[in-house]
Amino acid sequence: MTSPAGNGLEKFRANLLAGVSGIRHIQVRHLGKVCAGICDFDEFRHQTKKARRRGTVAGSIATFCSGEALANAGINLEEADRSRIGVYVGITEHGTLETFLEVHSLREHNDDIRFWSHHQNPRSIANNPAGEVTLNLKITGPHYTLGGACAAGNLGIIHGWQMLLQDDVDVALGGGVSECAVEFGVFAGFRAEGALAEHEDPTRASRPFDLKRNGVVVSNGGCLLVLERLERARARGARIYGELAGYFINSDASDFVLPNSDRQAECMAGALRKAGIQPGDIDIINTHATGTRGDIMECQAIRKVFGDRSGAFINNTKSFIGHAMGAAGSLELVGNLPSFDDRTVHPTINVDELDPECAVPNLIIGKPRAKDRVEYILNNSFGMLGLNSTLIVKRYTP
Amino acid sequence: MTREEIIKLIFAIIAEIAPDEDLSHVAPDVPLREQLDLDSMDFLDIVMELRKRHGVEVPEADYPELVTLDKCVAYLGPKLKK
Repeated sequence: MTSPAGNGLEKFRANLLAGVSGIRHIQVRHLGKVCAGICDFDEFRHQTKKARRRGTVAGSIATFCSGEALANAGINLEEADRSRIGVYVGITEHGTLETFLEVHSLREHNDDIRFWSHHQNPRSIANNPAGEVTLNLKITGPHYTLGGACAAGNLGIIHGWQMLLQDDVDVALGGGVSECAVEFGVFAGFRAEGALAEHEDPTRASRPFDLKRNGVVVSNGGCLLVLERLERARARGARIYGELAGYFINSDASDFVLPNSDRQAECMAGALRKAGIQPGDIDIINTHATGTRGDIMECQAIRKVFGDRSGAFINNTKSFIGHAMGAAGSLELVGNLPSFDDRTVHPTINVDELDPECAVPNLIIGKPRAKDRVEYILNNSFGMLGLNSTLIVKRYTP
Repeated sequence: MTREEIIKLIFAIIAEIAPDEDLSHVAPDVPLREQLDLDSMDFLDIVMELRKRHGVEVPEADYPELVTLDKCVAYLGPKLKK
């Protein structure tokens, strides 16, 4: 994984517990200074310079995350059956960055179409980030992306799980990536909506649940998980971070951008039902909240499902890393997985004055809090066009 | 433009397109694609860079003229003079 708050789970988790934001100011074409989350990682650890030059930012992030995840899982590609590895990468969008770059290059050449790159098509097609993983790591199993707006990170994991259940693959790389924070487009779109976060101190710009929140911080990121059937993971002595227990995906069918708390509540309830557990069994709720008016809707949904006396601790990761779009679901989930072992819940930061409409019980603000029991983590990720996803992970007990 | 200058120009382009390659032992009379990891997309990159950097247009029918370094020098020499 790579995030604005560190690469690899150990570093990322340390920053989440220490309250360290990864947001900074960057310069973006046409907009100037904006708050953003940028990832710094070794692009050439798992791909050649030529492959990087030919590929995309999202492809590079996906390749780095895949290579690191497989290494972390102890899977040696030299010995593995590469035809039984599937690559399922969630994306919010793909291709617009590449198209922006090409259009600007064309303008620099007076709109002479002879300067339009032959790389434009393979760079901008929707399966690119997953395809680059297979090219760079020589994986011959299935690969494709899942276009799931900002729910995509969860969708990548869920889909990988489904492919394992139907025995399409033995190993699924599932999660999501985002390359949004490179060009002006996504920033400008949020600004046009009045939903682009601004703050003199960039580390304080992403502030879900705070009364003075003023929008989304756009971030890059990537997080791909190695998913396996339990018996296979056990048989090879894998380090198991958690067991996928339940999920649900549904649609608002109500608005292009505004969330719908009823459908979000149904999504969480559906995931609980699939996991075969009750709301009281959940120990951590990692919210999707982005620092917009939508935070209120999610809090309403949580109240509908969990009531006012839930024992679940509630936190938020975007307050540290901004909105990593396609990567948000998987990044935010893995940042919480160490809680199964350390029984500590990372906080949400930058809440100086809690919005009363976001005052859900046990919202962990500012500092981590210990919890006696962490058996189930619930991770929400919602996206534009009214796409909701909830994923529940259970502590693994050998 | 001298032969050395043309070769330097070609190497500058290939070094960017194929940055992992060692160009120190490229034989001038052996096809570039037999010595370097260059595919058809890379070849199109060379054509594009000649267009961008030097204003040289290489029609598709002339692509065989860029197969070796020697052929590049012979073909590009007159065009770069212009």
